[in-house]
Amino acid sequence: MNDATSSPQSVLVLGATSDIARAITRRLVERRARRIVLAGRDRAGVERVAEEMREAGASDVTTVAFDAADVGSHREVIDKAFAGGDIDLAVVAFGALGDQSRDERTPEAAAALVTTNFTGAVSTGVALAERMREQGHGAIVVLSSVAGERARRSNFIYGSTKAGLDAFYQGLADSLVGSGVRVLVVRPGFVKTRMTEGMKPAPLSTTAEEVAEAVVRGLERGSGTIWVPGPLRAVMVVLRHLPRPVFRRLPI
Amino acid sequence: MAPELLTGWGRTAPTAAEVLRPRSPEEVSELLAAAGGRGVIARGLGRSYGDAAQNAGGAVIDTTGVDAPMEVDPDTGVARLGGGVSLDAVMRHALPRGWFVPVTPGTRQVTVGGAVAADIHGKNHHHDGSFATHVSALTLATPAGVRRLGPDDELFWATAGGMGLTGVVTEAVVRLMPVETAYVWVDTDRTPDLDSTLALMAASDADYRYSVAWIDCLTRGASMGRSVLTRGDHASLDQLPQKARGAALSFSSAARLAAPPWAPAGLLNRLSIRAFNEAWYRKAPRRQRGRIHSIGSFFHPLDGVSGWNRLYGKRGFLQYQLVVPFGAEDALRRAVERLARGDCPSFLGVLKAFGPADPGPLSFPAPGWTLALDLPVGPPTLASLLDELDEVVAGAGGRVYLAKDSRLRPELVEKMYPRLGEWRAVRAAADPAGVLRSDLARRLGLLEDTK
Ligand SMILES: Cc1cc2nc3c(=O)[nH]c(=O)nc-3n(C[C@H](O)[C@H](O)[C@H](O)COP(=O)(O)OP(=O)(O)OC[C@H]3O[C@@H](n4cnc5c(N)ncnc54)[C@H](O)[C@@H]3O)c2cc1C
Ligand SMILES: NC(=O)c1ccc[n+]([C@@H]2O[C@H](COP(=O)([O-])OP(=O)(O)OC[C@H]3O[C@@H](n4cnc5c(N)ncnc54)[C@H](OP(=O)(O)O)[C@@H]3O)[C@@H](O)[C@H]2O)c1
Repeated sequence: MNDATSSPQSVLVLGATSDIARAITRRLVERRARRIVLAGRDRAGVERVAEEMREAGASDVTTVAFDAADVGSHREVIDKAFAGGDIDLAVVAFGALGDQSRDERTPEAAAALVTTNFTGAVSTGVALAERMREQGHGAIVVLSSVAGERARRSNFIYGSTKAGLDAFYQGLADSLVGSGVRVLVVRPGFVKTRMTEGMKPAPLSTTAEEVAEAVVRGLERGSGTIWVPGPLRAVMVVLRHLPRPVFRRLPI
Repeated sequence: MAPELLTGWGRTAPTAAEVLRPRSPEEVSELLAAAGGRGVIARGLGRSYGDAAQNAGGAVIDTTGVDAPMEVDPDTGVARLGGGVSLDAVMRHALPRGWFVPVTPGTRQVTVGGAVAADIHGKNHHHDGSFATHVSALTLATPAGVRRLGPDDELFWATAGGMGLTGVVTEAVVRLMPVETAYVWVDTDRTPDLDSTLALMAASDADYRYSVAWIDCLTRGASMGRSVLTRGDHASLDQLPQKARGAALSFSSAARLAAPPWAPAGLLNRLSIRAFNEAWYRKAPRRQRGRIHSIGSFFHPLDGVSGWNRLYGKRGFLQYQLVVPFGAEDALRRAVERLARGDCPSFLGVLKAFGPADPGPLSFPAPGWTLALDLPVGPPTLASLLDELDEVVAGAGGRVYLAKDSRLRPELVEKMYPRLGEWRAVRAAADPAGVLRSDLARRLGLLEDTK
């Protein structure tokens, strides 16, 4: 169960090897989380995360094979995760950045990115909502991105997948009002993780630990959407309203 | 039927359940027999602070609509009361007839079933014990059938403090207390610090039926733990002023906001709470004797402000209530010291000395000092602060109150309630299929032995 300070006792992570998800899960284990279900496609990587969580104090860590692009398997993956008992909180963390210059010339690659980031997030979201609605409680934390707030020339395919994901989970949150299930949409800016390795940090860049801290606070506050770091919220308001020719030329 | 969102009085951790509203004890039994996979739990007036009367994804039996008796023997004060009847209704019925409930919590808006399930205590615990001590018989609807129970039955004591997990109390026979008036006489003493508060209580609580101290948990240094101690007993007819004697037993529920905590929404921050506590302490008389109060203003000052729990805003609040044995004053001091740092400000706490425990394995009261305080959810250090207090309390051989809990670390339950195993065995016999479930039970692992 989630307690009065919104600390869950059981957590499911979809995309368990994600740096951000690991930081969130570790934070939750430091508080109350004891049963952790880790879902991912890289078996060895997921095992390493399992070991990390056991060391952090989780007493019951299990793993499930999960490929975000294999949409047909999602219902079964989610059912497996819930077979061991209620899931108080699910983190939807998987996602890929793609390669914009390749993807905008390769329809298959562009579609594959959309399948992983958007279609996969929708099918897991539907399955999660169904199971949580049945159990009468739960929280879903989903990693969206500021990249989804306004598509940028430099990564609009990725940005559009996050725009779709964000819209879907906002709507899902509304559909779950009164069910005991809540959704926290997280919009980080540039986070220094494996995904952004080798890239030049954008202004207001942040770390996985800071995202994890913000998620814990957002849950406690009952927020529906958070930006990390917080000031990005105001920055995005400005960026969203810039005239297109200006926005296009910005070095972001 | 569409599920409804439920919370406790603290309005934290809402979960959805199907709320069933039986009209008769027979219907209660039928609902228990028909319970689905996620089980069922009783709910009275929802005055427990946390998730005790919730059952996410399952069913919750609202007991307040069950047709119930309210019979008070005018000669003996023995009352036959429905489990869903409120203590407010009992008082309104019995007080004009010269009888009062043997134990009353800080609000009248609790049911008889809730009073048994939490084995509630009042300001008279050191004198009269907890609620179940005054119960001579219970009718309990369990998934294994209806049981009539008396204090010789193990299941009776597993039900007292058992947080609804042994079944649904549909009736209780309660011995009421004779009173001459609907008034209380009260002695007030203002104490400068924690040690003098404890010393005064230890020295003279025995002279009073009721005793409680309002403690300021925000002041540090030499004045840490300063309190206003209020103690008294039911007033006899000749203690009332002449003009009040005519209607001595008429029950007035119009509570005056005499002392306790309340502040406008959005202002519940550290500064306003500190200012409130300060003003309130200054306002209290240093020493006053024999002041006459109405029952409402003495016992239930907050009942005059309906829905005051909403003042804490959408994040809600929680109540932390601990008891540590006599001799563990150091643990109490450490708790007050930690709270006084002020990062998680609370309005006046309530401090009291408990008397002997009753036989209920999960009954909260035990001889020692109990401290209760309301804390708004929000300060980032709240969760870790309370975890820290839990360790202090458990280390001192104390416990926290399940009826107030909404965040205890499950690993500590068995340490705080060492007779949990015994309780589980009695409970399991009454509910072999494991139908009775609550969010509290799930969160704390009350039903299963995890080792
Ligand atoms: C302002 C305030 C002051 C309070 N002061 C005190 C105090 O001084 N001392 C004290 O001890 N407590 C105090 N309490 C707590 C309160 O007395 C208990 O939580 C009590 O159990 C609430 O009764 P309820 O009918 O609202 O029960 P609920 O909150 O609805 O349920 C509480 C528990 O009782 C069980 N239950 C309810 N009805 C039945 C039934 N018919 N059969 C079996 N189980 C049942 C539920 O399953 C649940 O586990 C206070 C609460 C408030 C809000
Ligand atoms: N880093 C940032 O700047 C930033 C900013 C905003 C939002 N985000 C979002 O935050 C989330 C986590 O990112 P991160 O920064 O933690 O990066 P990361 O460490 O690279 O994590 C990405 C995760 O997605 C998983 N994944 C990718 N494709 C998958 C598939 N088909 N099936 C299953 N899992 C798949 C990866 O698993 P493998 O280990 O198997 O590859 C990895 O666990 C992502 O959704 C990302 O879009 C990141």
